[in-house]
Order: sequence, then structure tokens, then C-alpha cells
Amino acid sequence: MEKTLNWREYVVTRLVRASGYSAIVFVALIFFFLLREGLPTLGEVPFSTLFSLRWYPIENYFGILPLITGSIIVTLGATLVAVPFGIGTAVYISEIAPRWMREILKPMVELLGGLPSVVLGFLGILIVSPFLRTFLDLPTGLTAFTGSLLLGGIAVPTVVSIAEDALDSVPRSYREGAWALGATRWQTIWRVTLPAAKSGVLTAVMLGVGRAIGETMTVMMVTGNAPVLAITPASMFSPVRTMTATIAAEMGEVANGSVHYHTLFFIGMVLFIISLVVNVAASSVVFRSKQRAERVLS
Amino acid sequence: MTDKIVIENLSLTYSDGVESLRNISMGVRENAVTVLFGPAGGGKSTLLRCLNRLNDLTEVRTSAGRILIDGENILDPKTDVIALRRKVGMVFARPVVLPMSIRQNLTYGLELAGEKRKSRLDEAVERSLKLAAIWDEIKDRLDDPAIALSGGQQQRVCLARVLALQPEIILLDEPTSGLDPISTGKVESALQELKKEYTVILVPHSVQQAARTADYAAFFLQGELVEYDEGKSIFTTPREKRTEDYVTGRFG
Repeated sequence: MEKTLNWREYVVTRLVRASGYSAIVFVALIFFFLLREGLPTLGEVPFSTLFSLRWYPIENYFGILPLITGSIIVTLGATLVAVPFGIGTAVYISEIAPRWMREILKPMVELLGGLPSVVLGFLGILIVSPFLRTFLDLPTGLTAFTGSLLLGGIAVPTVVSIAEDALDSVPRSYREGAWALGATRWQTIWRVTLPAAKSGVLTAVMLGVGRAIGETMTVMMVTGNAPVLAITPASMFSPVRTMTATIAAEMGEVANGSVHYHTLFFIGMVLFIISLVVNVAASSVVFRSKQRAERVLS
Repeated sequence: MTDKIVIENLSLTYSDGVESLRNISMGVRENAVTVLFGPAGGGKSTLLRCLNRLNDLTEVRTSAGRILIDGENILDPKTDVIALRRKVGMVFARPVVLPMSIRQNLTYGLELAGEKRKSRLDEAVERSLKLAAIWDEIKDRLDDPAIALSGGQQQRVCLARVLALQPEIILLDEPTSGLDPISTGKVESALQELKKEYTVILVPHSVQQAARTADYAAFFLQGELVEYDEGKSIFTTPREKRTEDYVTGRFG
């Protein structure tokens, strides 16, 4: 009996440890293959071409700047939508809503988070984009703005659920302390609860941004996919193309091992690095504030 | 001596069905330390939280009765709760410094009340920190984060923060439960100073503290006010058997 238990213990520990390590291995492998397939681009495509303004792979124009700016502008727009909405919703759910409302809202938000992005893209094409075209009198409704709105919608549930957790973990005594000083509900939220939950709220924002950068299906369907440099405010209301959409749209029909193929992987590399930076920034913010808290408590 | 607070037939049941206060009637004297003591679950904290309407934010099923402060029924729905909470300050069991600097902790309440003049704010900071007997310890680092202070200092900052608002009544809910004896002593002697100007209501964390600090004392058991008398007599010659048993340590 004793012996079988030990044996089981051994196997389970090993299995759990192996699955833990596998996460590291997978990330390393992904990075390795991205590098292997993407780095040759640097030898095949001259720098001046790679950072030029034309993306027209059939005639060997591989300028990825329009794609990068496209991703950035759509992500920025999405952040502007997702952050106020997400934090607002989180504050409402955790601070203001009565209990029965909270019990309805929380699963709803989670449901929204589980919605396939294709479905949202579909709604975007059918409803949002025609509406924006007529409402703002644009030549086309498939613009960066449309993409931002929908991407914002996709990022909102991420922001809400993490920010709400952070707000929830602020001790009740903080709020009571502020109330007892004669603060109103809003003053308490703005000056006490939100600052106390700052690191969690920042994490929520960062992960929301990460979600928006990486999203593919919706943006491919609603942003119009024109690889034009997007750096003026007007670009917000014209078609753009993002890095993710480019990879998804062109990977299927590219010749294996060609320059185009390598460039698509190179774009993937750039994306990977951007989301790595966002994640590291997010966790360093959290890490730093945690350290401060620990220092104070010790 | 007049009664600053008059509580009339106050009953309260929380929404989970717990009956916390059962028909409480008592008067609280001005410029004295009134102690509410008894074993846990007796309704002491609930009563404190009624006095500044902090219970508004908890789920209460039913409540009945009146609480008159200066003759006005504060349980009236028309009461300005924000103004009430400025008039009736509260210090909690665990020090709750807000996530700001020491100075901001002190001026926060005043700023909420609309005070902007820097000179007034600085004056209030110094005056209230002195009253709370902590000015000498921290006067050189008022701009440090308040969370960096020790527990005892934090609790006195919380007391000072309440005093900065110049309330008339100060509620203290086991303010020394997490403090060392020296800090506890400082808080207790601060209370003896404070009662000259304020009406102080204290929920002590031990019977001994109750006996040390009380001018008047009320013994609460299971939501019921068992006995209410001058501190001197309640801890030496209690009228009720239950009070005597608790004070002498036979239960609780």
C-alpha cells in the first residue's frame, strides 16, 4: 500500500512538473521557428524596401511600415474604447451594482468574452460599417475606426474581468475609512478604491491591449485591408491593414520558402516581440508594486 | 451635563437574519468617554455604525427606533449623511490609512469638505497630529506614504485624520486591538485629553481597557443592553448577575 502510494506520488509529481515546463518549451519553440523562418528576410529584402511604404508582394515590394502603423492605429483606437468602458463596467459591477445585478452582469461579460471574433466581425460588416458609412458620410465603412470599435468590444471583457477582480480585492475597510470621513461614493471610488487597485487595473489594461493587438479575424473583416501608411488622424477613417490580417490572408497562398513567405514570418516575429514587450511591461508594473507592498509589510 | 446622543428603542436585523440590536435605549453624555463592551456579536459595532450611518452600505433587513443627536433624528432618510459623517468621526479596529501620503491622509477629509486654503490645511494637520499624540514622531516626514508607518502610528494617524475634520463625536471601534501596549497607552491617554472637547464612544478590545477608560459603560450581550452605568460602579458593583460574571471573567 505504502509503496504504490509513493509510486503514484512520483508519477503525478513528474507529470505536473512536465506540463509546467512544457509552457516554457512551447514558447521557446515558437520563437525558434519564427526566427528560423523570419530572419532570412533580412538577407533577402533590403532594409530600404522592408521599411518602405509599399506592401505589394507580387511585385516584390515588401514594405511593412503600413502594416505596423495599421496595427498600432487600430490597437490605439481599441484601447481608447476598451479602457474607459472596461474600467467603467468593472467599477459598476464591483462598487455600485446591487447584488442581483452583479449576478446577471458577471456571466454576461464572460459570455461576451467567449464570443467567437468571427461573429463580431460579421456583425461589424452587416451593421456597424454601413451605419458608420452613412452616419459619418465616408466613402467606405470599412475603416480603422470600425475595427477599433469592434476590437474595443472584444477587449472589454478581458479588461472588465481582471479590473473587477482587482477592485474586489481592495479591502472593504478602505472604503469604509473613506466613507467615514464623509467621502461620497464617487469620491471613494476615484480617490481610494481605484488607486488602491492600481496595479491590477493596469494589468487589465495591458492584457486588453495585448488581446487587441493579436486579434485577427474581426480586423480582417472590417478594416478594409488597404496597406496604406496610417499616421494622420484622418487615417482613422480610412481603410488600413494590420499585421495579423496580412499574415492570415496571405499565408495560405504563398509559396513555401519564398521571400514573401519569409517576410510573413518576419511580421509574425515583430508581432511576437510587441506582445512580449506589452506582457513584460504589464508584469513588471505588477511586480514592482507587489515588491513595494511586501517591503512595507515586512 | 446633557445627553449628546439619545438612542430610543433601536432594533436592527441584518439581511442574513441575524438580530444584532434588540430594543436599545440609552443616552450618551457629552465630554465623556462612554464605553460599549461585551463579548463578540453583542451588537457594539453595529450600534457604532448606526451612529454615523455606515450601516447604510451594509444589507440591513429591518431597523426601528430613533437616534437623536442634538435633538435631531439621524435615522431620518432626509438626513445629510455626508455632513453627519463629518460630525461623527470614526476610527476602525484595523488602521485604514488611505493609499496616499501622511499629509494627504489628514487633509483628504477637509478637501472633500471643500477646504482649499493651504494655511488652514497645514494648521489642521499640525493641530490634529498633536491631539493624537504623534506629531513629534512624524513631523519630519509628512510626505512619506502613510502605509510605511508602524501599526501604532497608522492608528494614531487615523485618529488624527478624524480629528482634522473637527467632529463633535468620535467613535472608536476596538482602536487598539492590533497595537502594542505602549501605543495602546498613547491612544488611551489621547482619549482622556480628547474627551474635554469631544463626545467619545469607545468599543474597547478588553474588559480591562473598558475599566481603565470608561466614564460611563454599557454592557452588551447578544444584541441586548444589559446594564448601563457609570464606569466606577459597573466594574466594581454591577447590578446584574450577567454583568458581574462577564466583568469577573466567568464567561466571555
